[in-house]
Amino acid sequence: MEQDVDWGLVREALGPLLDGLVRGTIPLTAVTFVLGLALAVVVALMRLSRVRVVSGLARAYVSVVRGTPLLVQLFIIFYGLPSLGLTLDPWPSAVIAFTVNVSAYASEVVRAAILAVPRGQWEAAATIGMSRTTTLRRVVMPQAARMAVPPLSNTLISLVKDTSLASTILFTDLFRKAQEIAAPTFQFFTLYTVAAVYYWVVCLVLSFVQTRTESRLGRYVAG
Amino acid sequence: MSSATSETRPLLEVRGMVKSFGDLHVLRGIDLDVRAGSVTVLCGPSGSGKTTVLRCLNTLEVPEAGTVRIGDVQVDFSRRVDKRTATALRAQSGMVFQSHHLFPHMTVLQNVMEGPVTVQRRPREEVRGEAHALLDRVGLASKAEQFPFQLSGGQQQRVGIARALAIRPRLMLFDEPTSALDPELVGEVLQVMKDLAADGWTMVVVTHEMRFAQQVADQVVFMDGGLVVERGAPGSVLGAPREERTQRFLRRLLDPI
Repeated sequence: MEQDVDWGLVREALGPLLDGLVRGTIPLTAVTFVLGLALAVVVALMRLSRVRVVSGLARAYVSVVRGTPLLVQLFIIFYGLPSLGLTLDPWPSAVIAFTVNVSAYASEVVRAAILAVPRGQWEAAATIGMSRTTTLRRVVMPQAARMAVPPLSNTLISLVKDTSLASTILFTDLFRKAQEIAAPTFQFFTLYTVAAVYYWVVCLVLSFVQTRTESRLGRYVAG
Repeated sequence: MSSATSETRPLLEVRGMVKSFGDLHVLRGIDLDVRAGSVTVLCGPSGSGKTTVLRCLNTLEVPEAGTVRIGDVQVDFSRRVDKRTATALRAQSGMVFQSHHLFPHMTVLQNVMEGPVTVQRRPREEVRGEAHALLDRVGLASKAEQFPFQLSGGQQQRVGIARALAIRPRLMLFDEPTSALDPELVGEVLQVMKDLAADGWTMVVVTHEMRFAQQVADQVVFMDGGLVVERGAPGSVLGAPREERTQRFLRRLLDPI
């Protein structure tokens, strides 16, 4: 059955969808990106550890998380854990699943960025008396951060869109709002297109922020 | 140089230093004495081990055997070296690298201040004054607020020297400080090193700049195959070498083609 675009419905939906974006999608993205990034640094440092057990653990973690679908991870946490006696609400379930997922991908970015800082930087820091920890904090991480911004921006933009999967575990985000309005009206095309445009606008803003961050961190580099 | 130094024992003393990388025996037993206030030039063909000697002096490489004493800090590498001892030895010397290794995300001033402030925890304001004085000494007073990439190679290397001096070492180590520079920039770096020597700094310099060795060094040490082949005053080692290997090396330096 073909339909014309119902502009009245679009206008009516803009508010509730924005609500889903502001109160669901954006908080979930922001919280899990920050937590995920912090965890990613820990995992990356473990991966770079000279202690075999520690680096092995990190390697296994990354392998399992990257090697299984995010949707399956969400379902295990939300629908699976209750059978083990652990019942979590949609919000904590989503935060855990997305944090874990982001941390695994971002840890590889962080690790690569740390390794890309030349060995001479470690040596120069050592000759002025710095410990490894201080070197990491004062010398290596600031340089690694600059290199990590473009790939981490990819991770963040993917995350914004991936959070729509949280709607499958009853988390009220932008996409779930669209589904809720679409279901009784059968205006799927219209509602999902409006949702898509919202996602796109958010990603446009993030791309802009990425460019700004890159030039700010890159001010000490020639060219 | 006057030999009437009050200190009878040398500032730096190396005995039996041995180092290998896998099957490659880079150092086969090096002895080295450096008096306080003197300049020692290490030279020799590439692969002779001269850079490794320098890197072992501040434990960037850890020798398998031998002892190193700088001032009152003595380390016996044939035993397990704990971190504290290694750090104490490292603090005795400042290092200038072939390719400067300045911290690119810090200004020139921050590069010089980093060691004293972050590591030695000295008061920032006091260090700032000293850092400006050091930059003035290497002729870069006006560049304090620039980032390393805005400087020429020679200027970068001079900042590297100021950064090493800032930790107040007893001994300055130079690892081919002019080898990565365009020829017209070599002079400004050597001039700074000459000034330091004149000010009484104790220096160990790995270099191919034989004119510098002739003019500034008190001792020239010629190495080949992980051993010291010949050592002495520049006039004798460079002017009238006894060993055939030294003669061959110097001929090749003077007439490379």
